[in-house]
Amino acid sequence: MTLLHFQLLSAALFCLGLYGVLARRNAVVVLMSVELMLNAVNVMLVAFAAYRSPDPTTGLVIAIFVITIAAAEVALAMAIILRLFRSRGSVNIDTLDRMRG
Amino acid sequence: MTLALFYVVSFTALLAAVGVVTAQNIVYAALFLLLALGAVAALFVLLFAEFLALVQVLIYGGAIIIVILFALMLTRRTEAEHVGEHRRWPVAALVSIGLFALLAAAFVADSGRFGADERAAVGVRELGTALFERWAIPFEVASVVLLVALVGAVVIARSGGAGEQAEEEEQP
Repeated sequence: MTLLHFQLLSAALFCLGLYGVLARRNAVVVLMSVELMLNAVNVMLVAFAAYRSPDPTTGLVIAIFVITIAAAEVALAMAIILRLFRSRGSVNIDTLDRMRG
Repeated sequence: MTLALFYVVSFTALLAAVGVVTAQNIVYAALFLLLALGAVAALFVLLFAEFLALVQVLIYGGAIIIVILFALMLTRRTEAEHVGEHRRWPVAALVSIGLFALLAAAFVADSGRFGADERAAVGVRELGTALFERWAIPFEVASVVLLVALVGAVVIARSGGAGEQAEEEEQP
């Protein structure tokens, strides 16, 4: 079990999340894919902290901040999605074209 | 032994992630996300980051999944409605696979440059000391961010208000 294992796993998780963000049309599923991407980044941070860092606490602390921001982001995004659903009756992001230029 | 464990955990995580982005039923997608997050917590344990594994289970497995499930329940109109992939999903798949190939090539090329792979364990005490001494100000800022996000979420999601009435009447 080397750092390379964790790097490849993290890259695969990140790319799966990216596919979800680009390909899915339900706003909630897009948000879940963003969570996957954030988790992939966390895996990478913790793996580098464990294997490479001269000060291994730094990566862990940054990972804790990432989790904090993810929690704030989910709360805000859910509020926005609920509001959109109430006013538009849909969470399909293809129909949310009211602000297009 | 740990290598076998790593493979089991990482295949669980990858399969669950595939489930999240491909499941047609969005409740299944949320449950797959829970599985993926649990697998990531197990990875943290394999990396000797027990405290982060705990935080992951508590915040992601507890709080975030509950919020997502609530949002799913509140935004589903009918059982039959399902919103699938975008028309251009092959482009998205191509972009994702291309990015993965790029990252994997970079990591494999880079992997020989360093010496032996040894993991360093970090105790919870060390982590706490670092968090409250060196990172004390970012920690406080993060708590303010959480508070602002909470208040903002309540304000945004609150129904009523003059602006929303007009907005609703405008929509057929």
